[in-house]
Amino acid sequence: MAVKRRPRSTGSSGLGLGVAMFLPAVLYVLLLVAVPFGMAFFYAFSDARIGSGGEHFVGFENFSSVLENPTFRKALGNSFIFTISSQILVLIGSTALALALKDKFRGRGFVRFVILLPWVAPISLGAIGWKWILDSIYSVINWVLIALHIVKPFDKPMWLGQPVLAMISVIVVHTWRLMPFSTVILLAGLTAVPRDIPEAAAVDGAGFWRTLFEITLPMLRPILNVAMLFGIIFTFTDMIVVYVLTAGGPYDSTQVLPSLAFFTGIQGSDLAAGAAISLFLVPLLVVVAVLMLRMAHRAEVT
Amino acid sequence: MARRRGRDRARLARVGRWFVILSCMTFLGFPFYWMLITIFKQNADLYETENNPFIFNAAPTLENLRQLFYDTGFVRWLGNTALVGVLVVAITLILALPAAYSLARLTGRWGERLGILLFLTYLVPPTLLFIPLSRVVAILGFQDSIWSLVIVYPSFTIPFSIWLLMGFFKSIPRELEDAAMVDGLTRFGAFIKLVVPMSTSGILTVVIFTFTLVTQEFVYALTFISPESHQMLGVGVPTFLILGDVYFWGSLMGGCLIASVPIALVYNLFLDRFIAGFTVGAVK
Repeated sequence: MAVKRRPRSTGSSGLGLGVAMFLPAVLYVLLLVAVPFGMAFFYAFSDARIGSGGEHFVGFENFSSVLENPTFRKALGNSFIFTISSQILVLIGSTALALALKDKFRGRGFVRFVILLPWVAPISLGAIGWKWILDSIYSVINWVLIALHIVKPFDKPMWLGQPVLAMISVIVVHTWRLMPFSTVILLAGLTAVPRDIPEAAAVDGAGFWRTLFEITLPMLRPILNVAMLFGIIFTFTDMIVVYVLTAGGPYDSTQVLPSLAFFTGIQGSDLAAGAAISLFLVPLLVVVAVLMLRMAHRAEVT
Repeated sequence: MARRRGRDRARLARVGRWFVILSCMTFLGFPFYWMLITIFKQNADLYETENNPFIFNAAPTLENLRQLFYDTGFVRWLGNTALVGVLVVAITLILALPAAYSLARLTGRWGERLGILLFLTYLVPPTLLFIPLSRVVAILGFQDSIWSLVIVYPSFTIPFSIWLLMGFFKSIPRELEDAAMVDGLTRFGAFIKLVVPMSTSGILTVVIFTFTLVTQEFVYALTFISPESHQMLGVGVPTFLILGDVYFWGSLMGGCLIASVPIALVYNLFLDRFIAGFTVGAVK
């Protein structure tokens, strides 16, 4: 049998084939992500409306009218309040939960299934579940509070009907939604922390809190960053929770940038203003993208 | 003395751990438990504020489920979602499999960079793209048709799938392909006949996650489609099971739970791979 030449793994033909194999996918994604992304900028500087053709360039008109709108300013502030406060709650909750779930025990699989539900279930449907729990008349939380004589039946809280309570509700539902995701990512990170280091610290007499803050958490830093960056993206760009729970109300007190973009651009037919509002998401997205690239680069180097 | 303190501390740790686990489980799981209870309650029981909501004050009923399946578009939405899911999975696999192989094997360091760039498109949210895309969909004539979703959804399922599959392909030993090529297969032949069949579990992971992403999507479905009969589950249930101010809570909760639990069960099986896709090398 003749000895055949071992094929080179990356020849020039290999590269040609490589390009032919990835080009369709890359073009598809670019066509549906990069092109509309560019169009969003174009619309934001135009007077595009649903049902009318022939846009005109209007310069910064949309931006200046958007910036003067008090609802927009409220939404901009809310976006940050919702993102930051739910991220703080998520990080505390998921770190505690991941540490509690670190070791194997009977029933761990079931616990994992239950705590994952909020993340896996379609968010619009989970939010509907909360809408029922927080209902103005039939709220189970209120029933318990009344039964415990904490609130009076004729003076019960309207969880989604009072501005401050509605904001708290939205934050809690975001936390509920993101905690499972953050927990499983941290769990993956914890399995990578060598077991003997915290144990050695415990033997040396370091207490639980000291081991946690001086050893475990610093070692978890990279993975905490991953969980946090994704969490920020998912909360900051989400309109579903607000749309389903409060539709931005009462009196726009829970409006966020994405929901306002929807109500203005799609329901209000003002594509241009909607596009201008949604563009205010971009700076934060760029910051997160840069941080992620840096992390990926570091992982590549080490 | 020291040993006793150690035992006390161990007990304290155990109590603390279970306290955290049980309170988190209550917080995270309660809405689903509440859906389950609500589904089987009679309206007279649900809408009486004096009743203890934790127990059945009237006999359990299947009426809410009957209503959900026979009097609403629920079955139709299930069908739409399944159809869109299958088509999006097909498009995703056809485009992502070769692309992932190419970026993992044929394009070297440059491919790795391109892979990271593709992953970053995952950060561009639907809430930024839905306004221009609604125009595109209208121009293409796909408004109010599930085809609009079939075309748009792969734009976020493909990048994530490429990312997952790249890692998978890299773990297949190069020597296997080299050997197959020595035996006369072309590079592409080796990919089709050897690498793809070897990657069944990677492909299965992609199928599951693509399907999950399709069921979870809300913004595009809400924007592109308005008629009830063409709707997807995630939008149909919260939109059309509410008439004005009247909420059919029993049926609503049925729709929510039925759409959520099966996905959760399958998802659990593939969780570890999914995490690997998200952690971008921060965990090795």
